[in-house]
Amino acid sequence: MSLSAADLAYGYRERLIGRDIALSLARGEVLALLGPNGSGKTTLLKTLLGLLPARGGSLTLDERPLSALSPPERARALGYVPQAHAGTFAFTVLSVVLMGRSAHGGLFAAPSRRDHAVAHAMLERLGIDRLAQRPYTLISGGERQLALIARALAQEPAYVILDEPTASLDFGNQGRVMSEIRRLAAEGLGVLFTTHDPNQALRHADRVMMIRDGQALASGPASTLLTPERLEQLYRVPIETVRGDDGRVAFLPG
Amino acid sequence: MRRSAIGGNAIALSLLACAVLLAFGLGRFPVGPGDLGRLLWSGLSGQPSGLPSQIETVIWNIRGPRVLAALLCGAALAVAGTAFQGLFRNPLVSPDILGASSGAALGAVLGIYLSLGLFAIQLSAFLGGLVAVGAVYAVGSTIRRGDPVLVLVLTGVVVGSLLGAGIGLVKYWADPYNQLPAMTFWLLGSLAGTSKADLLPLLGPVLLGSAALVALRWRMNAMSLPEEEAQALGLRTGPLRLAIVVAATLVTAASVAAAGIIGWVGLVVPHLARFLVGPDFGRLVPTAAVLGGGYLLVIDTLARTAGPVETPLGILTAVIGTPFFIWLLASSRGGWS
Repeated sequence: MSLSAADLAYGYRERLIGRDIALSLARGEVLALLGPNGSGKTTLLKTLLGLLPARGGSLTLDERPLSALSPPERARALGYVPQAHAGTFAFTVLSVVLMGRSAHGGLFAAPSRRDHAVAHAMLERLGIDRLAQRPYTLISGGERQLALIARALAQEPAYVILDEPTASLDFGNQGRVMSEIRRLAAEGLGVLFTTHDPNQALRHADRVMMIRDGQALASGPASTLLTPERLEQLYRVPIETVRGDDGRVAFLPG
Repeated sequence: MRRSAIGGNAIALSLLACAVLLAFGLGRFPVGPGDLGRLLWSGLSGQPSGLPSQIETVIWNIRGPRVLAALLCGAALAVAGTAFQGLFRNPLVSPDILGASSGAALGAVLGIYLSLGLFAIQLSAFLGGLVAVGAVYAVGSTIRRGDPVLVLVLTGVVVGSLLGAGIGLVKYWADPYNQLPAMTFWLLGSLAGTSKADLLPLLGPVLLGSAALVALRWRMNAMSLPEEEAQALGLRTGPLRLAIVVAATLVTAASVAAAGIIGWVGLVVPHLARFLVGPDFGRLVPTAAVLGGGYLLVIDTLARTAGPVETPLGILTAVIGTPFFIWLLASSRGGWS
């Protein structure tokens, strides 16, 4: 049971962004995607979510071709957490999380009692149930990110894909979101996230994939793959390594 | 449902009731609530109402159809505006953003220019609206670059101004003594002279389109998200967008065909409704329908009673709508709550 890509080429009709991507995300595992700006990470995420058609190779979800799934089927298997934005309308946080139930109801159906129960459960799970009736536009960036994670979980997916989940968060909220990601994997979800911070990948991911210019430079277990040499190759800057007494390492750029 | 939503709907419904009583109570033949009730009862039971036959005629054939037309057009335009503001993720959008009104207006002025009959003019207006939006949608769909919603809006704006040029050309050709005043009056909007016969053609497309929009309202929340987010939540955004555009175009074109161009209702009323029940489309759409009907009915009552001659609706909606909208902007708590 996994989200798997083999020999995957991805991009837009007029422009190929990346190719030769091999990737497998199992349930219960955290995979981090590292790569410099403009390396094609976001386009790869959209392809893995089935929002962009694959331009070549194979892409399967639990042994079924992803392209054979209907949009609601896809949404019940793959949760997507985009980068937080304020949005146009001041929906309540509860309304935002209820949107995650879209794929569970009919086209004309109002949110059911069960939809409300799931939405409240997810808010509680992320510790933001007190925000349920607050306008989504008026909460902080960190709270928005948590609300979007709650929305993805309300889809009741088997895999969650997060696009730079900590990009605009303060230090504390970064920690909060990353521990939440760990917890999701511990509960059996497959989690894939992109990040610009190799330390985050080292600390919270099981496996790491490095991409540059749409090609996989390397992939493997976080602890063996994340070396200063590899990171210098990936980001093309000198990397300083800080070592603690217990043998743990952290990387500093420049 | 939250308490505030129930309160908001109670306010909307009482405003509607006041608007209806006011509409019957004002005019050359005032009809009080008692008379109105007696007449309705006689219509249901078949008993004679005991009212002068003149009053009965006024209610059944003149004021009744006009009140009903105002309610229908107002509700339909408000629902279409609410749906479009969500679909285009922009609170400043109104139902004519894709050229439905300009297309219908061009159809109508052409009909007047060709000296067609009233029904033919209305049909030409209705078809003009549908063709205009169809063309915008077709052109927008062939452009595959960029955000499809933005492409659609920009195409609508551009095609709309082309249609505006067409309207100008037909007015320039028109006979300035007979046709031009008729065109001007029509472009400003009016429900004067609405008869029972006018209601039937209006009823079909307006009820069909409004019903579709009301039925789809629970999906409009997610449709107001960026395209890819909505798709990731499992929505088939393409077919849904087409359905919303077709439904909103049906009601807008039919309203414009029946009453001419009535601006502002589709823009202002959704905000008023949001003010009462919040932005969640599931609650917003029905409230907008109730408020829109009441709003246009009040405007139309003013139009027929406020001066020695009928004031065009488009003038009144603008005069009332502008200060109201500015007040709303100043008092909104941000984020269009």
